[in-house]
Amino acid sequence: MTTTTGPFPTRRLILQGAASVALLGLGNLPFGISPALAAANDKYPEEAFKQKNEADAIKALYGKTAEPSDKVKLDAPEIAENGGVVPIAVATTLDKVTSISLFVAENPNALAASYRFADGTIPAVANRLKMAKTTNVTAIVEADGKLYSATKEVKVTVGGCGG
Amino acid sequence: MASSIRVRATANGDITEVQTLIQHPMDTGLVKDSKGELIPAHFIRELKFECNGKDVFVANWGTAVSKDPYVKFSFKGAKKGDEIKISWTDNKGGSDTTTAKIA
Repeated sequence: MTTTTGPFPTRRLILQGAASVALLGLGNLPFGISPALAAANDKYPEEAFKQKNEADAIKALYGKTAEPSDKVKLDAPEIAENGGVVPIAVATTLDKVTSISLFVAENPNALAASYRFADGTIPAVANRLKMAKTTNVTAIVEADGKLYSATKEVKVTVGGCGG
Repeated sequence: MASSIRVRATANGDITEVQTLIQHPMDTGLVKDSKGELIPAHFIRELKFECNGKDVFVANWGTAVSKDPYVKFSFKGAKKGDEIKISWTDNKGGSDTTTAKIA
């Protein structure tokens, strides 16, 4: 049964080849320049950044839930006078950290930033985020494949959404 | 043209601390201008730090990162005089790259 097809395998291969080229071509169109960016770097988590609430964003980014841990240290102000610039720092004593992500619960999109760490990079990061109003800031640390979190409420007196 | 990226990388023993300040509007796409028209989203999506041929730190950002973003991190394995390459790309296809020597 295996050798009865004669010349057909070749033809089939050519057809398959043509079909996949067509698929690739179509697939690339709607994304414009983003496939090139995604290929050059590990991949920008487009979907996770689009999610409105925190739980959905965490699910889209990591596909699992985090457990609170006192090994994650989230440093954020009690009161932020200007929601446009809220200094936030995260550090952890956990080992094998591969990423740290920051979520602001009641921002229009919860995920604010996600950082990837190489071997030898100290698992700590400081940055400045915008906050729409008083809400919880959550830091999630991915260490050895598991997720750990810390949450802190920051009171915002003037929101960071501008006009 | 001056680079949009300002970096200070200082080695202290085996640990190098990198502080970066980038000039970028980081528009969310939700704010209106004085004429009441929405300012389209314009923000840095990806920021990468490379040292000795290795990505040491990669940031993926959304619109919630403040205007003229600042970020600080530290890593091991580099020494004074080594070069760090920093590059970003934004959602409109803009990008910038610079290098800095570790002091």
